[in-house]
Amino acid sequence: MEKSLMKGNEAIAEAAILAGCRHFFGYPITPQNELAAYMSRRMPQVEGTFLQAESEIAAINMVIGAAAAGKRAMTSSSSPGVALKSEGLSYLAGCDLPAVIVNVQRGGPGLGTIQPSQADYFMAVKGGGHGDFYKVVLAPSNIQEMVDCTYTAFDIADRYRVTVMILADGILGQMMEPVSLTKPEQKPLPAKDWAVTGKAGRNRNIVNSLYLSPEILEQQNIIRFKKYDEIKKNETRAELYKTDDAEICVVAYGAAARISKNAVDAAREKGIRAGLIRPITLWPFPNKEIFDLADKVKAFTVVEMSMGQMIQDVELAVKFKKPVNLCSRTGGMVPAPEQILESIERSI
Amino acid sequence: MNRSILLAGFGGQGVLFAGKFIAYIGMLSGNEVSWLPSYGPEMRGGTANCGVTISKTPIGSPIVLSPDILVAMNLPSYDKFEPAAVSGAKIFVDSSLISRSPERSDVETFCLPAARLAESSGLKGLGNIVMVGKVIAETGLCDLDAATEALKKTIPPRKTDMLEKNLKALKVGMES
Amino acid sequence: MSIVFERPKALADVVTSYCPGCTHGIIHRLVAEVLDELELTDKTIGIAPVGCSVLAYNFFDCDMVQAAHGRAPAVATGVKRANPENTVFTYQGDGDLAAIGTGETVHAAARGENITVIFVNNAIYGMTGGQMAPTTMPKQITQTTPYGRDIKTAGFPIRICEMLATLDGTAYCERVSTDSVQNIKKAKNAIKKAFQTQTERKGFSLVEVLSTCPTNWGLDPVKSLDWLRENMLPYYPLGVYKGGN
Repeated sequence: MEKSLMKGNEAIAEAAILAGCRHFFGYPITPQNELAAYMSRRMPQVEGTFLQAESEIAAINMVIGAAAAGKRAMTSSSSPGVALKSEGLSYLAGCDLPAVIVNVQRGGPGLGTIQPSQADYFMAVKGGGHGDFYKVVLAPSNIQEMVDCTYTAFDIADRYRVTVMILADGILGQMMEPVSLTKPEQKPLPAKDWAVTGKAGRNRNIVNSLYLSPEILEQQNIIRFKKYDEIKKNETRAELYKTDDAEICVVAYGAAARISKNAVDAAREKGIRAGLIRPITLWPFPNKEIFDLADKVKAFTVVEMSMGQMIQDVELAVKFKKPVNLCSRTGGMVPAPEQILESIERSI
Repeated sequence: MNRSILLAGFGGQGVLFAGKFIAYIGMLSGNEVSWLPSYGPEMRGGTANCGVTISKTPIGSPIVLSPDILVAMNLPSYDKFEPAAVSGAKIFVDSSLISRSPERSDVETFCLPAARLAESSGLKGLGNIVMVGKVIAETGLCDLDAATEALKKTIPPRKTDMLEKNLKALKVGMES
Repeated sequence: MSIVFERPKALADVVTSYCPGCTHGIIHRLVAEVLDELELTDKTIGIAPVGCSVLAYNFFDCDMVQAAHGRAPAVATGVKRANPENTVFTYQGDGDLAAIGTGETVHAAARGENITVIFVNNAIYGMTGGQMAPTTMPKQITQTTPYGRDIKTAGFPIRICEMLATLDGTAYCERVSTDSVQNIKKAKNAIKKAFQTQTERKGFSLVEVLSTCPTNWGLDPVKSLDWLRENMLPYYPLGVYKGGN
């Protein structure tokens, strides 16, 4: 398959179309605009819907409508816009609807900056909506992986009836790398017999998140969390890089991980046995993989483009067996490999 | 061939396109490549720049902080990035827009009036490709055939009628 | 023996959650009768709001989606764009449609979204216990306007039909009332016209139904109807504001 250069934002958009998504609802915000612009060009060519909504909130609610109608639907935004979508994310979970949402992160809080950031980890993994629920969060670290994650996202969403978030950042959204776009493999997925399509020939379907009886809501939540257990078991993904003999293990995801790889290589050139574990799913988090490494390495260095958010999950996974250090840049700044290398050297 | 290339100029000079062209040259010669634009508010009519990395090994950071090839298409970009280039870097300056002399003596500076050369060859607006031609000639990035192939990939299908003009501009740059 | 009166098929055989004397029940029935008469029930998807009619998904016997507060027109947009052959309606109160969901309402209308909105205006937030609504009358006493709505601090009521009639995307909007048998008949005609506007693919249709809230107005059902007539009708004139020909 011939490769071509594509921006991450555009690669996700084309991958979504190849995955059968025909309904996109968005709202302009930098640095994800190329995604919506691409959809506005492509959707009419494939008889799909592109709709520029009046707000982020309207856009996610349109996704709810299209998902309730049984279609693969998607929205994308960047940090402040994703915060606005929190309401809809909670309703998607409460209604057990499959949907895909992209967050091309920028620096915050507030209006912050449009430069790349990873400061929405908490919002993506822990919060981003009220109530007892999780989203599956995929964190690609190159453009080809953004394509593959998009395919995976739609499949996971449909298989488990959950929202899947693709958590990228300004670098990944804006940069171009060679990608090959082959049509994803069709996987057998459950029929959407719950969708609202008109009740002709069957009993009515109701898509709803309201349970006035706490006994029933409790049961619903317990059932949903059993589904989450299945997801943890089947869908947890992480990449291990040079960890076999590592004495120092870097933990990083997304753009920070690809930069960390350079630092790991540089450390090895200096004779330091460094390795990297890169969570590809931030939820579910690769707890076991990190815990297993805790017996082998001397220390962990978590590299994040934030003041340190994922580090909390790493500490939980390590269970205080080994020191966990932070190498951080924030506010739209990106760590250089040299800074990460220094941090690795300090960890020894 | 590991290269860190920074191209900078005014928005509208085709700096991002030139960067994509170079990235395709790198890709078609079997390397890992990345292209990252500046995307701040300055791109709205102000300055534009992009970094291109060409590498034998997977690219970590796509951010080009210290270029070994710098293409400066206007004075603010030249002022800003000349100090950032590595020692021994090759710096390409469009002298139809930049009149000052180099401040660094530890780099190789090539001045050519790319915008003017393009215009006098009937290729107004293709100073960016003239500059890339010069870069290719002075750095041995690739030969003409490879550059032609890369250019074909870079020009979007709906603008293939632009290929001839771009090829001409490329040759103007390579031969200047 | 012939049956002269029965439950419309589009209404589920369940007890509603509305207070005695509330006109939601009438409006539900009108919508259901229209769905029956136009033979739309099997292909209709209703969007329930947040407010007193939050449980409308239990009451209409068609496919239903329950939406977040104010977002019904956006959800309806998603459903309609996904399956344009379905008939899609929202059923919303004044707080839902004209306060927290104003943006969704205005833009669904501006896009000419081919959906039908049933807007129940009773000048108060009912479910939360009787707070000021965007359509609460000047001087009207509510839980959050204990001295009466002061237009100097709480502003003016919003006339939704008049506002939406200015938008090119609105194909049909009419204000009707439930205060008399005659007006209820007119209301049904308006609801029918709204659904027909949708089946004829003409664009956005909305029927504003003036309604009562005996519980939160602190009046008995009959006096509530009088209050509606005396206070709401002068401020919210009935009639067709756009289309309907």
